[in-house]
Amino acid sequence: MQNHFELFQLPQTFTLDLSQLESHYRSLQAEVHPDKFVNASPAERMRSMQMATLANEAYQTLKHPTARARYLLQLQGVETEEENNTAMPADFLMAQMEWREAMEDARHAKDVNALDQLLADMRAQARDLQQTLATALANEPARAALTVRKLRFIDKVSEDVNQLIATLED
Amino acid sequence: MAYSDKVLDHYENPRNVGSLDKNDPNVGTGMVGAPACGDVMKLQIRVNDAGMIEDAKFKTYGCGSAIASSSLVTEWLKGKTLDQAQEIKNSAIAEELALPPVKIHCSVLAEDAIKSAIADLKSKQAK
Repeated sequence: MQNHFELFQLPQTFTLDLSQLESHYRSLQAEVHPDKFVNASPAERMRSMQMATLANEAYQTLKHPTARARYLLQLQGVETEEENNTAMPADFLMAQMEWREAMEDARHAKDVNALDQLLADMRAQARDLQQTLATALANEPARAALTVRKLRFIDKVSEDVNQLIATLED
Repeated sequence: MAYSDKVLDHYENPRNVGSLDKNDPNVGTGMVGAPACGDVMKLQIRVNDAGMIEDAKFKTYGCGSAIASSSLVTEWLKGKTLDQAQEIKNSAIAEELALPPVKIHCSVLAEDAIKSAIADLKSKQAK
């Protein structure tokens, strides 16, 4: 069974060339598109459908940095423990609380600019964490797993902030 | 999702929201977070000279079940010794609040917050 990187003939690395991923995904999708198998046997049609589904799943996993890092750790047999590991550095959690408070303040003040600023801060921190991953994934699995957990937090808060912005702009 | 009456009660009237002085040598501060749902919980306990928890405060960002779990444990913690507090299990929290399976992790977060606060207090007192 090929892993997601092998499927797209890409090097198994966190610092992936996203445009290459995109183009390899497009050509694979074209190859296995159900339209090309209209006159094929049921078995072949089934296989092309399965391939299309697999390619889509693999693409989504490799495209998003957090999911890509989680997948790379899985390939190393390392669990990220996002569901059950609640121990995180206190300063990181304090920052999370401050973000949540800033979000609440902005909600009451209906201050979209403050939320945009918050998103920019989160993007900057996410970039730093992705830099950490680029090196930690090579030989510090525990640190890489913690970094994935941190990114999961930031992804969630960003999602909530984006939702709030959408609600306020309605 | 339907919350149980007990969750709603704690959610609408949370007990013991606030902070204790984290620099007080008799105060232990626990902070934990659940990456999957983004919840953050801060739980603080203050012990008297006899080693009994005389006050507990919390601050939680998260869903109703997470807030209710932390509110409930602050009530339970008061009057307990650290050893008794250490024994509080997430299953008891989940049962008391009638949490559905998808919200069990909120009670786990509260149990971990208690352990984190006790560990902080003990490391302070060991100094």
